[in-house]
Amino acid sequence: MARFPSAVAGRAISLLLLLAVWEATAWLVDSRLFPGARAVLGTLFDETVHGELLHHLGATLSRVAIAFAAAMVAGTAIGIAMGLVRSLDTLFDSWIVLFLNLPALVIAVLLYVWLGLTDAAAITAVALSKLPAVVVTLREGARALDRDLAGMARSFRLGAWRTLRHVIFPQLSPYLLVAARSGLALIWKIVLVVELLGRPDGIGYEIQVFFQLFDIKRLIAYALAFVAVVLAIEWCVLLPLERHLSRWRG
Amino acid sequence: MTTGITLEINEKRYPAEAGHGAVTAIKGLRARIAPNEFCVLFGPSGCGKSTLLNIVSGIDAVFMGNVRFDGNCAPHIGYVFQAPRLLPWRTVRQNLELVLRRGADPAIVETLVGEVGLAEVAEFYPSRLSGGMARRAALGRAFAIQPDLLLLDEPFVSLDIAAADRLRALLLRLVAARPATVLFVTHDPAEAVALADRILLFSSAPGRVVAEMPIAIPREQRREQDTVAKLSAELSRRGASYISECPGPTIGF
Repeated sequence: MARFPSAVAGRAISLLLLLAVWEATAWLVDSRLFPGARAVLGTLFDETVHGELLHHLGATLSRVAIAFAAAMVAGTAIGIAMGLVRSLDTLFDSWIVLFLNLPALVIAVLLYVWLGLTDAAAITAVALSKLPAVVVTLREGARALDRDLAGMARSFRLGAWRTLRHVIFPQLSPYLLVAARSGLALIWKIVLVVELLGRPDGIGYEIQVFFQLFDIKRLIAYALAFVAVVLAIEWCVLLPLERHLSRWRG
Repeated sequence: MTTGITLEINEKRYPAEAGHGAVTAIKGLRARIAPNEFCVLFGPSGCGKSTLLNIVSGIDAVFMGNVRFDGNCAPHIGYVFQAPRLLPWRTVRQNLELVLRRGADPAIVETLVGEVGLAEVAEFYPSRLSGGMARRAALGRAFAIQPDLLLLDEPFVSLDIAAADRLRALLLRLVAARPATVLFVTHDPAEAVALADRILLFSSAPGRVVAEMPIAIPREQRREQDTVAKLSAELSRRGASYISECPGPTIGF
C-alpha cells in the first residue's frame, strides 16, 4: 500500500478523488438534474459574490449558534444535577427518554403552532431537539466524577471556584466535547427542516425554493457552503480544543 | 498556628449498601493530641484509622461526636492520602500551586519542589512520574498549604524498603523545618516507632484508642537497629493483645 506523505495530503487526495468521481458521473448521466462538480462550484462562487448566499448562510448560522449555546448550557446544568442528585434522576429520567424519542419534526410543528412562525419558535425547537442528548451525556460525566479527588479538594479547602475549574471541569471536558460535536452534527440538520417549515430565509428555506424550481445546481451549492462551514468549525475549533484539553494524557 | 485536637467520636457508622450490611467503624473514641505533636495511629487494617482522618479533615461530616481544634480555629490541613491523588491534568508544579493559601508567596512552591527532589520533573504531568515521585509530589502538596495540621494515611505503603526509608527521612526533615501537628496512620510497627512522639493503639473495628505508647528516645538514636526492633516488637505484641481482646467488626443488617 502506498504511504501518504502526511494526513493533510491524504485528505486532499481523497477530496480530489471525490470531485473526480462526481464529475465523471455527471458526465455519464448528462442531465440538468445532475450537475457536475465544476458547474456547482462555479455557482457556489457566483452566489457567494453576487447572490444572496451569505445572507441566508448568516441567518442559518446565527440560529445554529443560539440554539447550540442554549442547549449546551441548559443541558449541562440539568445533566450534572441529574448525575449528582439521585432523586432528580429518578424523577426526570423518563422525561428525558420521552424527549429523546420525540421527533424534531413534531417539536418544530408544535412550537410553530403555539408560538407562531417566529424565530423564537424555530430556535426553541432546534434547542429542544438537542437538549436531551446533552443531558444524557453530561449525566454520564457527572456520575463518573472521581470521589477521591473530590475528597482531596474538600480537605484542602479549595472552595467552589477552584474545585470547579481545576477538579470538576477537566473531568467533564471530554463529555462536553462529545456533546458539542455530536450536537453540532445534529443541530445543523434539524435547523434546515425547521427553516423549511416556517422561515422566510436561511439555507433550509432556499433549499425548498430550489426544490420547487428544480434548480439542483443552486440546491447543492447552498448545501455545500453550509457543510463547508460546519467542517471548518469541527477542524479549526473543536479538534484543536480537544487536543489542548487532552494534552496531559500519556 | 499549629493546633492541638480533642477527639470525641461517639460513633461512626457506614449505612448498609448493596452487598453488605451497616458497619460501625468507630465507637467511643477519645483522644487528645497536643500542638506540634507527631502522633502515630497504629492498628490493624480496617479498624477505622482512615475513617478518623477523614473525619478530622472534614471530608466526612456524618458521625456522632465532635472534633475540637484548640481556640476553635479552622486549621489549614495538609493531607497525604494512601494513593497520591494528584490531578492528572495538572503538572507537578501546578498541583502544588493549586493548594496555596490565599495571598501566599508563590516562591513556596519552588522551594518545596526542590526540597522533595522533584525540580527536574516539575513540569511533568503525574502520569510520567514513578510511584515514589508521585508520593513526593503528594508530600510537597501537603506542605504547600503551609499546614497547621498534617494528616498522613499510610503514605509510604507499597514502596520498596529503601524508598520508604528515604521518604520517611524527608518527611521528618520537612516537619522539623515547618512545625505542625501530625496525625500519621500506619499498621507497620517499625514505621510507627521510627516516626512517633507518641503512638495511639487502635482496637480492631469498631475502632477506639485502647492504649498509648510515648517514644521518649530522640529520633537520631532510633537509627540503632536494636532499640527500634525492641520497641516495634513491644508495639506488635501490645497491638496483637488488643486485637484478640476485642470482638471482630460488628455487623448489623
